[in-house]
Amino acid sequence: MRLPVILMLMVMPVLAYAQDWEDRRLFNPSASGTVLRILSSTDTAVFAPIIEAFVAETPETGVEYLVTSTAEIDRLFRADPGAYDVVVSSAMDLQLKLANDGYALRLNDVAHPSWAQWRQSLFAFTAEPAAIVINRAAFAGRDIPKTRQDLIRQMRDHPEIFRNKIGTYDIRKSGLGYLFATQDARASETYWRLMEVMGGLGAQLYCCSGDMIDDLASGRLVMAYNVLGSYAAARLVPGGALETILPSDFPITMMRTAFVSKDTGASGAATGFVQHLLSGEGGDGGAEAPLPPLDSASQGSTIVLEPALMTFLDTLKRRRFLTEWENAIIQK
Amino acid sequence: MARLPVSGSLRNQLVVSLIGGAALLALLLFLVTRNFAAQVAQEGQDSILGAAAASILDAAAIHDGQVEIDLPYASFSMLANASDDRVFYAIYRDDTFLSGYEGLDAPANQADGQPTFQSTEFNGADVRVVTDTRTLIGADDRTQIRIVLAQTQDQLAGTLERISRNAALLGAGFFALAALLSFWATSTTIGQLKTLTQSVTRRGPQDLSAFRKPVPTEMAPLVTSLNSLMGRLDQSLRQSEDFIAEAAHRVRTPLATVRAHAEATLQRVDKAENRQALRAMVRAIDESSRAASQLLDHAMITVRADHLTLQDVDLAELVGDLVQRLTPVADMKDLDLAFQAEGAVPILGDPVQIQNAVRNLIDNALKYAPPESTVEIAVWRGPRPNVTIQDRGPGFPLHEMDTLTARFKRGRNAEGTIGSGLGLTIAHDVAAAHDGALTLENREGGGACVCLSF
Ligand SMILES: Nc1ncnc2c1ncn2[C@@H]1O[C@H](COP(=O)(O)OP(=O)(O)OP(=O)(O)O)[C@@H](O)[C@H]1O
Ligand SMILES: [Mg+2]
Repeated sequence: MRLPVILMLMVMPVLAYAQDWEDRRLFNPSASGTVLRILSSTDTAVFAPIIEAFVAETPETGVEYLVTSTAEIDRLFRADPGAYDVVVSSAMDLQLKLANDGYALRLNDVAHPSWAQWRQSLFAFTAEPAAIVINRAAFAGRDIPKTRQDLIRQMRDHPEIFRNKIGTYDIRKSGLGYLFATQDARASETYWRLMEVMGGLGAQLYCCSGDMIDDLASGRLVMAYNVLGSYAAARLVPGGALETILPSDFPITMMRTAFVSKDTGASGAATGFVQHLLSGEGGDGGAEAPLPPLDSASQGSTIVLEPALMTFLDTLKRRRFLTEWENAIIQK
Repeated sequence: MARLPVSGSLRNQLVVSLIGGAALLALLLFLVTRNFAAQVAQEGQDSILGAAAASILDAAAIHDGQVEIDLPYASFSMLANASDDRVFYAIYRDDTFLSGYEGLDAPANQADGQPTFQSTEFNGADVRVVTDTRTLIGADDRTQIRIVLAQTQDQLAGTLERISRNAALLGAGFFALAALLSFWATSTTIGQLKTLTQSVTRRGPQDLSAFRKPVPTEMAPLVTSLNSLMGRLDQSLRQSEDFIAEAAHRVRTPLATVRAHAEATLQRVDKAENRQALRAMVRAIDESSRAASQLLDHAMITVRADHLTLQDVDLAELVGDLVQRLTPVADMKDLDLAFQAEGAVPILGDPVQIQNAVRNLIDNALKYAPPESTVEIAVWRGPRPNVTIQDRGPGFPLHEMDTLTARFKRGRNAEGTIGSGLGLTIAHDVAAAHDGALTLENREGGGACVCLSF
């Protein structure tokens, strides 16, 4: 009984050291001052212009940008909050829970509209709608679905087109997927019918938006549900192969959020970085796929930053939701 | 007049006690308002917490012995507020932790649906905790679900701060108003005293009549005793004046009788030594008589100095009368009285006293001037109305001039003349009682010059 525990303890630091990052990049390696460690779920390609603009402004600061999944961010950060200075994630619920649990530093000097921040410690800086992305070729000669109902009808009418060619998040692995799914389910029962139909057609499950968009582009998928449209922006040139649909029945918009770790050793630089994020500088300059800025007009469809986001993180609730979801989408 | 010893100030006492009271009341008002508002605010938070806890318990169900709690999104949603208060919760089944925040626990000591509230600390923050329970009845067992729901109190603290500020403003406003009112009340009260003081001060020196103007009830006893004091004063003053007049009469009459007897006896006695003794006796009687009458005059001016019967008098006329009356006396001494006046010289004074003073001065001139000389008496109008009496006698002894006005003080040159040393004292006191002055000078070419000015 004891040996495995000891073995685990010995291996753990090695594991921590050998953390598998999806991506890891050092900006401004010649910086003389602090090096900010930013834990993020956003692809480096999307985020790089923002960081480059930041280090250009403050040449003494370096940035180590660490990319991993939202769920992994939550786990890593809780294990060692002092190891990271800023946390950026698309999983609003996990971010809010971290802030609620006291992991986020209060930045009283940062001015931000109240609907886009929580407790002056968690700050939203993008508004990104969940989209249905289709491969236009597959819908040739047919109406492009505008709502979830349309989509259900089309999948029922033409199962042969969709079978094994539709994708969505594996919400057991993806924090953002789980957030979109729970907000969908909260908004309408339609979600469950959609999942059942998709399950019946052998839906493919993905960890990330990027992979889904790749498969859409290559033709392996004809439709992906609840994808981050912003990620596909580069391939969404007018007249291109892909088309993004924002369902008109009930759109759902996520806000990417950032906070400064309460245990940061560089609160000044970290606060500066958050302020830079909120200013929107570098957000669109030169990026292939710019992050959509906050937009107070779309507030109605935006997921509200409030403690209620923790509801679906409750163990019992999550277990129940996942069971229901599995029952719907993984049909044996 | 000597300064009255003063102990404290009524106005200050009043102001201090009124303002102190107002401050105390304001503080009380502040505390009560704030406490009450704090209680109401806390009740507000409690009722939301209670409702949220109830909605969570509502979502609990038991299926085949398995507890399911479909946490409603609205439960936490209703706890959202402008201050973004943090929320913690824990769900227990028969005291076994099910989900939420481990370590958050508080006992529920009441029946189902009866939330218990308490303030405590969790996760480094002050929180308000509600605990509520619900008993689920399954197919063949009962189980108790307990929800512990906590929320930080930032919003409440903000509300409290706002309330405190408003309550403080209210208290300060109340205090300011009360202070103003107390100043007003004090000055009105003290004003009554001032009015009385003024009407006492403004009175004429002879006015010892009672105060008749209405005064506040509280001041009535003071005014009554003041009136009775003045009554007694008036009476005793009158008594002492009567006594002096009586005494003068009583002393002088028998002395006159004794002198008459002595003179008569002198006519009948032939023996030189007896005549000598009798003459000494007459002289002693004259001294006593003079002393008695001077003493009485002096006593009169002393008693009346503070309340002269002031009236408009013509100084020229007054002195003229006196000169006329004294002319026979001067004639007896072969002295000439020359009177001169600048027309009428009106002054405000006590004619009896002024005559007394001037008579004493003329007396002196008659007494100390050599026969066959002239005594010049003049009344001038300005710069201050004055009377001067000049003679050609020996003048005042130089080194004694400063002290001659003192009581019973006589000069060296007065040896052998009858006198008491009170004449100049009386003249000086009369001058002082009229805010005037008596000046003594020696004339060039010999003689005294006395000036009584008003
Ligand atoms: N006209 C004067 N010439 C010279 N000496 C004077 C004259 N008047 C007063 N004196 C001196 O001043 C003294 C004080 O005068 P005062 O009138 O007070 O007393 P008195 O004349 O001696 O007594 P009485 O009280 O009877 O008048 C006198 O004793 C005298 O020495
Ligand atoms: Mg005299």
